[in-house]
Amino acid sequence: MINLMINNKKVTAREGQTILEAARDNNILIPHFCYLEGVHQVGSCRICVVEVEGAKTLQASCVTEAREGMVVRTNSEKVRKARKLVYELMLSDHPRNCLGCSRNQNCEFQKLGELMQISDFRFEGEKSKTFLDDSSPSITRDTSKCILCRRCVTVCNQIQGVGVLNVQRRGFKSVIGPADELPLNSVNCVYCGQCTTVCPVGALQEKDSTGKVWEALFDPGKRVIIQTAPAIRAALGEEFGLAPGTLVTGKMVTALREMGFNDVFDTNFTADLTILEEGTEFLQRVKAALTGKEAVLPMITSCSPGWIKFVEHTYPGELDHISTCKSPHMMLGALAKSFYAEKIGVDPKDIFVVSVMPCTAKKFEITRPEMQSTGYPDVDAVLTTRELARMIKDAGIEFTTLEDGEFDNPLGLSTGAADIFAATGGVMEAALRTVYEIVTGRELPFTGLHVTPIVGLEQVKTAELLIQDPVPEYAFLDGVTVKVAVTSGLSGARQLMDQVARGESPYHFIEVMGCPGGCISGGGQPRPTNQEIRQKRMQAIYQEDEGKELRKSHENPFVLRLYEEFLGEPLGHRSHELLHTHYTSRSRRKTEG
Amino acid sequence: MSSQGPCSCCQNETDQQKMERIGQIIEDYRHKEGNLIQILHMAQGIYGYLPMELMEFISDRLGKPLSEVHGVATFYSFFSTKPRGENTIRVCLGTACYVRGGRKIVERLQDILGIEVGETTQDQKFTLEVMRCIGACGLAPAITINDRVYKQVNPEKLQTIIEKYY
Ligand code: SF4
Ligand code: SF4
Ligand code: SF4
Ligand code: FES
Ligand code: FES
Repeated sequence: MINLMINNKKVTAREGQTILEAARDNNILIPHFCYLEGVHQVGSCRICVVEVEGAKTLQASCVTEAREGMVVRTNSEKVRKARKLVYELMLSDHPRNCLGCSRNQNCEFQKLGELMQISDFRFEGEKSKTFLDDSSPSITRDTSKCILCRRCVTVCNQIQGVGVLNVQRRGFKSVIGPADELPLNSVNCVYCGQCTTVCPVGALQEKDSTGKVWEALFDPGKRVIIQTAPAIRAALGEEFGLAPGTLVTGKMVTALREMGFNDVFDTNFTADLTILEEGTEFLQRVKAALTGKEAVLPMITSCSPGWIKFVEHTYPGELDHISTCKSPHMMLGALAKSFYAEKIGVDPKDIFVVSVMPCTAKKFEITRPEMQSTGYPDVDAVLTTRELARMIKDAGIEFTTLEDGEFDNPLGLSTGAADIFAATGGVMEAALRTVYEIVTGRELPFTGLHVTPIVGLEQVKTAELLIQDPVPEYAFLDGVTVKVAVTSGLSGARQLMDQVARGESPYHFIEVMGCPGGCISGGGQPRPTNQEIRQKRMQAIYQEDEGKELRKSHENPFVLRLYEEFLGEPLGHRSHELLHTHYTSRSRRKTEG
Repeated sequence: MSSQGPCSCCQNETDQQKMERIGQIIEDYRHKEGNLIQILHMAQGIYGYLPMELMEFISDRLGKPLSEVHGVATFYSFFSTKPRGENTIRVCLGTACYVRGGRKIVERLQDILGIEVGETTQDQKFTLEVMRCIGACGLAPAITINDRVYKQVNPEKLQTIIEKYY
């Protein structure tokens, strides 16, 4: 423990903590822009300067370590003047049209200006050239609003290991973006949207789909179906001032009804379905491998479209490892326009499916040409959690006061296994709950059904499961130790994929989520997302799982009925048509539309 | 740094051979700290400038994102992403030269060559740049053409100096 004084207050800090972090832990806020929790700091924006007794110059608190006996002032005259100057210089090159900006009232730059009571504009600078890139279906970039904090560069390079964003050129001409002003759709951006969650201003955003959804809602000829991903219920409340980790499943359903959606379905339902399809696919592959036939192992999960695009660009030779299952919301869309359309006697062309997702990559996924299994797009629009919140507010709904509602059937009921899809390790655990029981006839041998070694926010997690006494059909698995690995965030995926590419992967089954922590901190989730908030959302998800009577996907009665009435069996003919897909190898540049 | 056009020994090297040589350099520097700047520097020495294809090549071979390679190449003024002229003219704008007419020399050269600072003439003969003090302040204003320093340059004489390079 280190003892120091900040603003006349005795505080303690942990070894290695910066002044900024020590202050934050003691409820002293120091403004910061380039600082990003948990990553190597650049210390470039200088907004976080503080006065340290004995030091000649002001220190950037985000890179200066707290030391024993330090005396720090975060609000001296010198500090305030310097901070104001830095702010005003940034402001001189900013468009300042907050009213027309989607970050209005949710913008770190605006908020700081308000706190510092900046009202007169001392410097009227030359404005940087605006470069508006809306080439991609997922992300828009507006460089005129960029304050050059580089958080996005850090996330894209260090956390995601993709690296399509960097500082280009120098001085007044510097911009943050891909090489050579290339638009995002012609580089290997995976559309994960992690950059949009850290951007303090309106420079990086999801591509807006709210207009399209309102239009569909107003169209009397359309049956508008909405579904919500597992991760939304654990985060949406934050947009309405509720504490992180507050579950708002029921309120969310009610809000959607009030907005006029005809059917409110749950992507969780198809998460359960995914487990049956993917679990069966896994067993098939393992059986083939153990009985001397051709089989590609490890098999890797496919529900994260940012991850899929990453493999397509980075490991185009390894696509056979990816499960052919569509992501759960695509499955639901395909079923809505086939099975459900038939049931209610509506022409699929009149059905409009909206997915509320924690994810910006899913906006791209629905544009993939192969995702049209009924001849119409499986899903017509994707809203992020943030966009849905904007629509709810726009509709004048007092979210926090809503009564709880329930999802509609037959595509609304789910087991606890589906809930945990939202957190890293969840898909694997859900799959193991089912696969182990199919193989042995017994319940997964872990307390509370949680495969503890793969629960949590570490980057790469592994587990082993010894199969003993299987049912006769799976006798070939007797004594086999199934090895699994789980990772989230693409730099972790790179580690596991390098092994796969070298042919040295010791695993049978790998779960990859494109975003660090999984969907709970997807690129479309409320801002801010940090480690503490991730933890809380994850707890909420496990709480939802544990509160359910049914906690294994193969026990979902509506899924079982769907097989009886419509699909036949897992991996059957209809499943192949509606629920499975294929992948495309992509070069790292100038690809795809 | 000094700038040369393609050096005479490599003048007949094909693009393919140049790429191979650059590939070899990348291998040699692969594990050195801060290697990107050095590699770009040598690649520019071999190729003359850093076209997009060359940056892509370096990015792929080195396993560093193109955005980073391009970012570094566009940060330092001694890298050029456009072809350079056979000859590089640099005008000193250090204090002494500036005071004694450096600015005027720049303007005159822009007129004669029909290009702005940082550009290359259509016929690929000249690239025009400015630089800081080169230590010839006593005989300001100074310019350099390739490795040769011209001191006490009279703007009226520029035309004659340049003609020597055609
Ligand atoms: S980014 Fe923030 S400060 Fe800038 S226009 Fe948008 S709301 Fe206003
Ligand atoms: S969406 Fe993801 S890959 Fe694309 S620029 Fe942002 S962080 Fe990088
Ligand atoms: S785009 Fe956003 S996150 Fe990236 S540097 Fe600009 S302001 Fe920062
Ligand atoms: S937050 Fe410390 S220098 Fe930017
Ligand atoms: S200022 Fe030009 S040589 Fe010194």
